[in-house]
Amino acid sequence: MTFFYDNVYINNTSTITGPYENKGPLKTYFDKSYRDLYMGEKSFEKGEIKLVKEALSMILKKTKKSKKDIDLVIGGDLLNQIAASTYGCLGVGKSFIGIYSACSNSVLSLIIAANFIDKGLINNSICVVSSHNMTSEKQFRYPTEYGAPRPNSATFTSTGAASCLLSNKKSNVKVECATLGKIVDYSQNDPNDMGRVMAPAAIDTLVQHFKDTNRKPSDYDLIVTGDLGLYGKEILKDYLKENYDITLDNYDDCGVMLYDLKMQKDVKAGGSGPVCSALVTYSYIYELLKTKKLKKVLVLATGALFSPILLYQKENINSICHAISLEAI
Amino acid sequence: MKNIKYELIANSHKAPEHRIRNSFVAFMSGGFMGFLAELIIEALCNWFNISRTESSTYMIIIFIFFACLFTALGFFDKWVNHLRCGLIIPITGFAHSMMSSSLDYKREGPIYGIGSNMFHLAGSVIIYGVVAAFIFGLIRYLGGIQ
Repeated sequence: MTFFYDNVYINNTSTITGPYENKGPLKTYFDKSYRDLYMGEKSFEKGEIKLVKEALSMILKKTKKSKKDIDLVIGGDLLNQIAASTYGCLGVGKSFIGIYSACSNSVLSLIIAANFIDKGLINNSICVVSSHNMTSEKQFRYPTEYGAPRPNSATFTSTGAASCLLSNKKSNVKVECATLGKIVDYSQNDPNDMGRVMAPAAIDTLVQHFKDTNRKPSDYDLIVTGDLGLYGKEILKDYLKENYDITLDNYDDCGVMLYDLKMQKDVKAGGSGPVCSALVTYSYIYELLKTKKLKKVLVLATGALFSPILLYQKENINSICHAISLEAI
Repeated sequence: MKNIKYELIANSHKAPEHRIRNSFVAFMSGGFMGFLAELIIEALCNWFNISRTESSTYMIIIFIFFACLFTALGFFDKWVNHLRCGLIIPITGFAHSMMSSSLDYKREGPIYGIGSNMFHLAGSVIIYGVVAAFIFGLIRYLGGIQ
C-alpha cells in the first residue's frame, strides 16, 4: 500500500554507533561513537538500552525540545520483547508504540509516524531504532565469545541507535510518500545468507512502489536497500532486470555503504540490523538531502522475519520490506 | 514451492567460499594440535614418570584449561576464525563452547544464567556422546570383543 504525504518533514536526526561502524567510510557523519561494545555498562543488553537513551536525549537536545513536548515515540529493535526500546524510551514522550519488523523497523516507524502526522492526529514524533552486534548474536546465533566460522555470505549486525524527529513543521527534508510492504516467502532457509532471503521482499515492495506511483528508477537520485549485502544486492538488480525490465543504475545498499568491506573483513557480506539502514539514512543521506546534493531518495528497509525456533522446526524464513521516499525542498 | 527463476539468479550470486584453503588450514592446524598433544604426553612421560594413559588424560586437562583461559581472555574466537575446525573439533572446541556460553550468561546469575545455559551448545555433544558410548559398549559386550 502506498501513501502520499503533504506536511510531514524530518526536523532532525541523531546517530550513535559502536566501534566497528566508526571505522567505516561514513564515520564523519555520525554524532557519537563508542569505542567499547559495553558502552560503559555491565552487559551488552544494558549497553544497547543506553544507546537508545542517548539517541533520544541527543535529538531532544538538538531540536531544543523537552521530553514532554513529544507526542509519540516509536521504537523497535531485535531483542526479545523489544526490550532495548521499551527500557530506553521510558519517560520520553506522551505516548509510545513498540514495533517489530526485524531490520525494516526503521522505515516502518517512519511510516507509522508520518501517517499519524499527516492525518493531523499528532504534531510530532520521534522514531528510534537500535541494534547491537553482541546482543543479536546471543539472541539469534551463538554465544558472543564463540568463534563459529561464518561463511562469506553472512552479514554483520550493526551496533548503534538512531533517532529521527518527524513533525508537521516545515524543514529541508520532506517525507513525500511511502509504500508498506507485505510478508514474502520464497522458500529460503539459510540464516547465513540473509541477502538471499530478503531480496524477494525488496523486489516485491519496489515493484509495488513503482506501480502505485507510476514512477521509474530515474525519478530518484538514489535508491538504497537496508541490508541486502554484497550478494543480495546483485540478486536484486539481476532479478529486476530479467523479470520486470527495470534497470537500477542509481542503487546501493546501506549494509555495504556502512563498512569498508575490504578492510573490515569481519563484516563479511555487509552490515545488517534495524540500525544499519537508519545509520546510513539518518546521517549520510539526510546530510546530502539537507545540502541538496540529492533531490529525491527512496529508502527500502528490508527485514528477515527470522525465528530460530521455527527454523529448527523446518519452516522457511520469510521477509518483509517497507519503502519511504524522502525529498529535499 | 521454490521460485525456479529466483533460485537460478540467486545461485549465480553465491558468495565464493575457499573450501580447499579452509580444509587445508583446518588440516594443518588440527595436525599441529595433535603434534602439541604428543609433545605434552612425551614430556609428562619422560619428566614426571607418568604412564602414557594417564599422561593423555593430563594432556586433555591442560588443553581444556588453556582453551577456557583463552576464551575468557577474549582471543580464542579470533583464533578459531583463522584456524577454523582445527581448533573446534578437538577437545578445545568443546571447552570453548562451554566457556563462551557461561561467559554470555554470567550477568543473569549463577542459577538462571551460567548453570542453565552452560551446556547450551555442548549439551548435544554430551548427550549423544553418552548414547553412542552406551550403544558401542553394548555391541562390544554382546559381540564378545575385547
